[in-house]
Amino acid sequence: MSDTAADPRLLRAPPKRGLRLSWADERFRAIIWQVLIVGVVAGVIWWLVGNTRHNLEVRRIATGFGFLTREAGLPIAESLVPYTPASTYARALLVGVLNTLKVAVIGVVLATVLGTLIGIARLSKNWLLSRIAATYIEVIRDLPLLLQLLFWYTLMQTLPGPRQAMHPVEGVFLSNRGLRLPWIQWEDAHSFALLGMVVGIIAAVVYGRSARAKQMQDGQPRKIWPAAVGLIVGLPLVIWAAWGAPFQGDIPALRGFNFQGGMSISPEYFALLAGLVTYTAGFIAEIVRAGIQAVPGGQWEASEALGLQRGKIMRLVVLPQALRVIIPPMTSQYLNLTKNSSLAVAIGYQDIVSIANTTLNQTGQAIEGIAIIMGVYLTISLSISLFMNWYNSRIALVER
Amino acid sequence: MSDATLHAPAVSADTPSRRPPITVVGPVAWARASLFSSWLSTAVTLALAYLLARWIIGFVDWAFINAIWSVPVNAQGAQTQACRALQGAGACWAVITEKHRFILFGTYPYDEHWRPLVCVFLFIGLYIVSAMRRFWRKELALIWAGVLFLIGFLMWGGALGMPYVPQERWGGLVITLILSTFGIAFAFPLAVLVALGRRSRMPAIKMLCVVYVELIRGVPLISLLFMASVMFPLFLPEGMNIDKLLRAQVAIILFAAAYLAEVVRGGLQALSRGQYEAADALGLSYWQKTLFIILPQALRLVIPPLVNTFIGMFKDTSLVLIIGIFDLLTAGKTAIVEPAWQGFGIEVYVFVGIIYFIFCFAMSRYSQGLERGLNQHRVR
Repeated sequence: MSDTAADPRLLRAPPKRGLRLSWADERFRAIIWQVLIVGVVAGVIWWLVGNTRHNLEVRRIATGFGFLTREAGLPIAESLVPYTPASTYARALLVGVLNTLKVAVIGVVLATVLGTLIGIARLSKNWLLSRIAATYIEVIRDLPLLLQLLFWYTLMQTLPGPRQAMHPVEGVFLSNRGLRLPWIQWEDAHSFALLGMVVGIIAAVVYGRSARAKQMQDGQPRKIWPAAVGLIVGLPLVIWAAWGAPFQGDIPALRGFNFQGGMSISPEYFALLAGLVTYTAGFIAEIVRAGIQAVPGGQWEASEALGLQRGKIMRLVVLPQALRVIIPPMTSQYLNLTKNSSLAVAIGYQDIVSIANTTLNQTGQAIEGIAIIMGVYLTISLSISLFMNWYNSRIALVER
Repeated sequence: MSDATLHAPAVSADTPSRRPPITVVGPVAWARASLFSSWLSTAVTLALAYLLARWIIGFVDWAFINAIWSVPVNAQGAQTQACRALQGAGACWAVITEKHRFILFGTYPYDEHWRPLVCVFLFIGLYIVSAMRRFWRKELALIWAGVLFLIGFLMWGGALGMPYVPQERWGGLVITLILSTFGIAFAFPLAVLVALGRRSRMPAIKMLCVVYVELIRGVPLISLLFMASVMFPLFLPEGMNIDKLLRAQVAIILFAAAYLAEVVRGGLQALSRGQYEAADALGLSYWQKTLFIILPQALRLVIPPLVNTFIGMFKDTSLVLIIGIFDLLTAGKTAIVEPAWQGFGIEVYVFVGIIYFIFCFAMSRYSQGLERGLNQHRVR
């Protein structure tokens, strides 16, 4: 870029010509084409809007978002915030958005972990491990996600009932009512300890930066991990102990026909999460494999020649270069997982699509319902791509 | 040892050359290097081999040894007690034996099932012809038009002694193939136009294309299908009505076009500037430049990702299940609604999955082969 700017011949502006009203003038043609195409598009939209307004009037369908404050009266099985059928439509839709986010966030984390493991397994020198990973990737990517979700859901339904539940470890029950896990009785002390952990992580990051800045000045490497462990693990433990160290296990147990206590994961959520994670992991594994293979072997050899340890080579040399290749396609996989979570409607998990769909069936306001679905997904998609673009530009190669 | 052997030449001309030790070449060496190279690798191999063997034995037991292939059918319907008595220990393939025609052809009249069957083979033939590089020429478009017309004629009928079959009765595999093939056939030209528009120097056209692509790519296909099924009727003037299948088809075309447009744009960007400048220097018009210089090279660059997008679209047609169109997956799901067959979903989904897998696996292998073939000139 700077070369061309310095070249005086290129700094000279092209000769100015007036716009000729003739078909031979390229700029005139461009204006005519644009006016024509924008006119046609605007005309079609105008026609559709006109039809729609007429149809809405004829069918006596209300317009506007007034229905949001009305009582929804639709039951929702699982919700992160307090909700009853007497709540408003706005609240029901909020529950839907939170349910979508619940699947998307946990799905992205699990799919990344599983996908990375499979991608590394695919590159393993062990033939059996590598072949199994390759077969998994090929099979999972060649089957429609919806089919896989229905399969998982059917599998959940064919599990035995609560009385004959699968019981691999004490306190874990897998039955056709879903998964039950042991949990703890949540008290204030736990909330404060969690808060302490967040503060500890931030403090550890700040400390790490200042230690690195000092190392840059005097060249003395400093051990960061003792302080980091103290801040991230020690601080929450101290806070927890200061509040009297409450720990009351909440172990699920069979009472009558169902389980009591513990954390409950519904069969719908379990099937959706399992389907999304295993499917997306297949794609992420290929991305991770391609990313690692994109780093030339010479980088390993050069780092070894410098005397770096294997872990440091991976962390300081190979991973930063591989991430540059991995991040952009990974972003689109995260977006895909989020959008694919809309398939929840097929197996009865109440995400935003399912609840907005019920809302539009109850109120008849199709346009508003679909606008809400699209608005929610556009917002989530844009947020993920903004964040990932920011992260990508942070790790991108700085070129002179 | 005698002196004679010491002074004899170690290798004479007629001594047959010895093989390398089996620890260096051959299956033993291979196993050592790729299965038992270290104690960790050995542990992984043994653990995986054990799990794999257990899984294969369990699967063979379920799918073949304990499986039931047919059940008696009487006036009350299918008698599935034998299957239920298995309690999941074996597969009940009887559901496939009994329902495969329904899964493959939906509610199409039973006596006319040969027509969708012929259509399925026509589609497969069309794919094979399109995949062969010697047919990559202009006449291919004519073949596509001809075959698609023939398929429409066969499906509707109403002439040559074939009774008319309305669209509502079509179903099964042929719907999946129709949705994906017509989807790609119409989405592809649209995608090329949008990709060109997005790289255009005219700001208004560029903006229109950017908004279209980003809007469609930002929302799930389901929301577009819902739009097609519940919102689209409101858009049309009163009295005008478009069939549900066609509305879903339009949604799939619009969706596919946005994704294909991004792939094509990648090809347009990957082409070196010199090609554009050289075409301009020859005094070619925009359309001459695009059609004869740019597109042939740009599309060639992106054939592998295009095929990957086609695979994605083929799988995504299954989403029409949610708006109640009778494709392969919907037919499979409907087949087990009948009380006698309830609870045999796994068998049906395995069967449907195998059909999807055959199509997608063929495309994916083809794409990999093509990638190697098209990059031949870069391999040194």
